[in-house]
This record gives sequence, C-alpha cells and structure tokens, in this order.
Amino acid sequence: MGCAERIKKLLKIIMTNKVILLQGRLKAEEEVRLIEDTMVMIGHVKGFKGIELAVLSSKKDTSFIPMIRSGIANLLVGDRDAVTVIGPASIIKDIKKDPSKMELFFKGK
Amino acid sequence: MVIKLITDFVKRVLWDIFGTKKNIKLGFYGPPNAGKTSLANRICQDWIGEDMGKVSKIPHETREVKIKEKVDVKQKGKKLTFKIIDTPGIATKIDYEDFMKFGLSRKESKNRAKEATKGVIEAIKWLDDVDAVVVVLDSTQNPFSQVNITIIGNLVARKIPVIIAANKVDLERSNIKRVESAFPEYEVVGISAKEGTNMDDFYSSVFKLARKV
Repeated sequence: MGCAERIKKLLKIIMTNKVILLQGRLKAEEEVRLIEDTMVMIGHVKGFKGIELAVLSSKKDTSFIPMIRSGIANLLVGDRDAVTVIGPASIIKDIKKDPSKMELFFKGK
Repeated sequence: MVIKLITDFVKRVLWDIFGTKKNIKLGFYGPPNAGKTSLANRICQDWIGEDMGKVSKIPHETREVKIKEKVDVKQKGKKLTFKIIDTPGIATKIDYEDFMKFGLSRKESKNRAKEATKGVIEAIKWLDDVDAVVVVLDSTQNPFSQVNITIIGNLVARKIPVIIAANKVDLERSNIKRVESAFPEYEVVGISAKEGTNMDDFYSSVFKLARKV
C-alpha cells in the first residue's frame, strides 16, 4: 500500500472517532503526509479539529540514525519495537510523553 | 563515496580560505509559539535593522511562509549570506475555540484556524527547499512532543543539517538540559530571541551548521 493510501485509510478510521494503536511507527514521509492531510480535513470537515499523535519506542525517538544502524529490517517495517497512537483531537485531550512512558488523557463527556 | 569525500574536503578548504557562502536558505521550523518569528526578527534587526514578521502570544500568528533575502551575517572575519525562511508553526490539531480564549471573535477565530491549516501545509512543502534548518523550541515546554520529533525526523531523512534553538531562556521555567537530553545528537543553543540573550553563540552555531550545507 502506498503512502497516500495508507494515510487515507488511517484518517478514515480516525474520522469514525476511533483511536488507532499501530505496532511500529510511520515512516518520516508518512508522518508529514498525515499532518498535511489532517490539515486539509480540518478545513473541510465540520467539527474535525485534528489529531493527537505519539510514538513510544524502546529506541531513542529523536533520530532515524539508530534505525539505520540496526539494519534494513527496521527501515522496511519502521521500528517494530515502537507503538504509535493516533486519535481524533475531539476524543484525546492530550498525550503526555517522556522517554519511557506515555499517558493518554481523554476528554470527559 | 570517495568523490563525495573529496568534494566535502575541497568545500571545507574553500570555506576556510574564503569564508563566504552565497544565499544559504535557512529555514526556521518548530511548533507554534516557540519563537521562530521572534528569532527571525532578532537576526534581521541585528543585521539589516528591520523586523521580518509580527509576533503575538496568540498561537499561529505566522500563517504563511515569510522570506527575507540576502541577510549578511558576519562572524570572526567571515560572512554568510542567508535567505531567511520563517515558517508557520507545525501542529497536528487546530481548534478555532482556542483563539477565542485570547479575545478573538468566533469569525476571526475560524478565519485564523483556516489560515493556520494552510500555513502548516505550506511549511511542510518548504522542507524541500531549505539548505539548513534551525528548529526553534520553547525551552519551558516538554520537548518530547511528537511534532518536534516528526519535524526533526523529516529533516534527518532529507539529510538537511539541523541545530536546535532552545528559546525563552529568560523565563524561570526554562530547562535547557531537558531539551538537550531529548535531542542528544543535535547541537542545542539556549537563547532568548526576545531579550537577545546568547545570540553570539547562536551565530557561531549557525556558521558551523553552514559548513555542512
């Protein structure tokens, strides 16, 4: 599945007010495509305010260099040790992250 | 690989001899309200005596990419010429109701939100057109946000050299060490764009960054 299609699929699920948990992480170009497409949808879909996105990884999040060093497998599947959380901002109030843990704060009714 | 090594070596030698570079496209990226425009204004005031854009406490004040051509910066006998590219803050969500909390009307807030979304898209597109980037972060905020990581990750993937300006060191809650520990592989310079604190170190870092272009 190409980048655009994958992002389209993810956003379609998010638009149904679901939170997605992915094993692994999106590639760099997928992350920016997700942000771009999210911005387009904010402008066009009534009530849609955007998304919350966070990645928790056992490796350092801050650089792709560890991914490259650990081999081609990681480049292909995008760091299988990571967990990516994506959800609509209407449900997720905040995702607080430090290197070792992630907390999701949901909006109360 | 060998040719690249030789080319890089020749570039460094020429840089050391002549110390000039023409029109480096220097982008300012980061989350909203980190102080990108404040820093761009500080640089422009220091070297050309004028501001680049409007600043405000309301997020997403910069909603389109602003450019200032031919800004000459001098440091220790060397000169760099920049094209400064100030970009809108990158975010994954924009809620017009947040702007209303700052006193804007519903209509103004909705317009601002609409412009802000276009600005984010424009900022992302400009990633293809910069030579080097200063990522401006608010040193009083948690640096581990996914937006920060996404921005830096994309710059790395595109092989664009990066430094991190940890802004707002004048504020009590500033924590440079936290920014440094979040991004240990990058040079982090603590500054206050508003007060002009540590700008000499910042310019030195930018000169080092320019050598990688």
